[in-house]
Amino acid sequence: MEVYLDNNATTMVDPEVFKAMEPFFCTIYGNPNSLHKFGAGTHPKMVEALNYLYEGINAADEDDIIITANATESNNTVIKGVWVDKILNGNKNHIITSEVEHPSITAVCKFLETQGVSVTYLTVNEEGILDAQQVKDAIREDTALVSIMWANNETGKIFPIAEIGAVCKEAGIPFHTDATQAIGKVPVNVQACNVTYLSFSAHKFHGPKGVGGLYVQKGYELTPLLHGGEQMGGHRAGTVDVASMVGMGLAMHLATKPEALEFENTEVKRLRDKLEDAILELPETVVIGGKDNRTPNTTLISIRGVEGESMLWDMNQKTIGASTGSACASEDLEANPVMNAFGSDSELAHTGVRFSLSRFTTEEQIDYAIEVIKNAVKRLRTISSSYAYTPKHHVSEL
Amino acid sequence: MAKGDLISGSIWDEYSNQVIRRMDEPTHQGEITEEMATKAGGKLIVADFGAESCGDAVRLYWVVDEKTDKIVDSKFKSFGCGTAIASSDVMAELCIGKTVDEAIKITNIDVEHALRDHPDVPAVPPQKMHCSVMAYDVIKKAAAQYKGVDMESFETEQIVCECARVSLSTIQEVIRLNDLTTVEQITDYTKAGAFCKSCIKPGGHEEKDIYLVDILANTRAEMEHDKLKNAADASEAGNLTFDKMTMVQRIKALDEVLDADVRPMLIMDGGNMEIIDIKENIPHYDVYIRYLGACNGCASGSTGTLYAMESILKQKVDENIRILPI
Repeated sequence: MEVYLDNNATTMVDPEVFKAMEPFFCTIYGNPNSLHKFGAGTHPKMVEALNYLYEGINAADEDDIIITANATESNNTVIKGVWVDKILNGNKNHIITSEVEHPSITAVCKFLETQGVSVTYLTVNEEGILDAQQVKDAIREDTALVSIMWANNETGKIFPIAEIGAVCKEAGIPFHTDATQAIGKVPVNVQACNVTYLSFSAHKFHGPKGVGGLYVQKGYELTPLLHGGEQMGGHRAGTVDVASMVGMGLAMHLATKPEALEFENTEVKRLRDKLEDAILELPETVVIGGKDNRTPNTTLISIRGVEGESMLWDMNQKTIGASTGSACASEDLEANPVMNAFGSDSELAHTGVRFSLSRFTTEEQIDYAIEVIKNAVKRLRTISSSYAYTPKHHVSEL
Repeated sequence: MAKGDLISGSIWDEYSNQVIRRMDEPTHQGEITEEMATKAGGKLIVADFGAESCGDAVRLYWVVDEKTDKIVDSKFKSFGCGTAIASSDVMAELCIGKTVDEAIKITNIDVEHALRDHPDVPAVPPQKMHCSVMAYDVIKKAAAQYKGVDMESFETEQIVCECARVSLSTIQEVIRLNDLTTVEQITDYTKAGAFCKSCIKPGGHEEKDIYLVDILANTRAEMEHDKLKNAADASEAGNLTFDKMTMVQRIKALDEVLDADVRPMLIMDGGNMEIIDIKENIPHYDVYIRYLGACNGCASGSTGTLYAMESILKQKVDENIRILPI
């Protein structure tokens, strides 16, 4: 049995989404900017897709949603755009973000620091979140932007976006949120949360890879990252990938309609909890950041004595895919910044394994995964030098 | 960067079959107790190295026959990735049958080679080489324990790149001998910095005492200082040749000859010349000059005068000098 538990990395394209995209490859393939009927023929479905996107995040008609290649491009567009508008051409020089943002935020901020921009990286507490007061305290007269993620990709922890949005609105500072891990898991309402800019990516909610979106509240500037033609109202040059846009629109619709969110927060959550509870029956295991205020599909569990990549290896041998932020699994050998950010127990930094489910995960898959995971933990703890020989954790406890 | 680097695949695809086999079923994983050691007729040594917080930790067990100093049994426990477990397994295996002094000579390079399926194909991708270093270190720790000495006493050299086991003195020597100016050149000559890359500059996954960028900068500064000192000493002794001179000394040497033998004639005709730059174009030294006053625009400046000037400088300073008017 194959079990895919890495849905925070990417998701399967919903077959219904794939079917909706198909005509735009070989049948309705005209350039949407062309005047003739081949191009114009794409418009009705593009309008429908855009409507789905607006509905999915409750954007107002006057606001903009720019189609991008992914959330990374959306994040770069916002931060570099603010850099140009408010910093290079203005008198502001400060950005507030958090330590646990996706690299498409932190790497851009690190780059801008080399250009003289001042950046505050807010720390998260032991529950993996920060509060609006921290943002309020960090705001300066020259703050140009606040960028805080809606939900964390590793832990699933949900940040207090409405409160942070209120703080930013009161201070008159644009507020950007990367909602990549929130769409389709929790309600996302840009108007209720005073969001100025919001990024998302289709492949995280059963849409295709290579397409994303950027919401821009009416009245706020947006300097294009890609200059060229007049596509997307001059905000993003390049011929629109109609098939991807249509796929993303439908995927957003399917993921954010009330019954879908209800399913996510009941059935998907039930399976996540079943998996999590079974792993937590093993001694010396803990949910990083705790169980409260999380997306319903995600759990990041530390299994003491078991290095993350070894655990992935054993699971992969049994055709289970999950993820680890531990150093050895990637080319970047530093421990995951999210794991490090908790800071309370450095020994946990290399022991985290992330399991992320989707609406396509089945009960049988979770049952199989539980069996495999328990066996893998038992084997690796038998080998482990840091677990098996501490008397209180003798392997017989397993 | 090249085509092959543009699309990264799974690092697991680069593991040798040996690594995979030993990861799945390590042969020498386990514990040796005092009772087991006594039964085997030897002394039990238990050494730990690394830490869970760093991502890698290993415990090495030896049973050593004290009459022969031979390791009669060896087992390990390891917290780490697949490479760390496989490296520990082969490390324990390599120890068996060797004396403690022989075991000390097992390096992480030996461990990695023992994990290869083919002699020319690395067993692990470059960034995983650091996982095999731990095996080397724990052997030293076990040997130190057995001999009752400090493990640092086995290291006569300061190792800068642990993956490739390249010492500080080696790196300094290749920089000097080959006049290296970049870290990439150091890597080409020594393999230092080719694997996990932690030793290149601060900010890698492991903090180091010293980095290649610093060694390069310091050695280049020392080389420059030595060059100046040698030039000054040679000048003082009166045997300084043009190729050993500093730029200032070269300009001074040329000006002395020009002042004595060339400029008086030019000034008599209402002109002059100045040195703009000297560029090494080995084997030549190209001296760029500018004519001044009446010499500027004079037809002889590119024929007779130029030939005479160049001949005098070749004869009195260095035969490889070429004069180039701008």
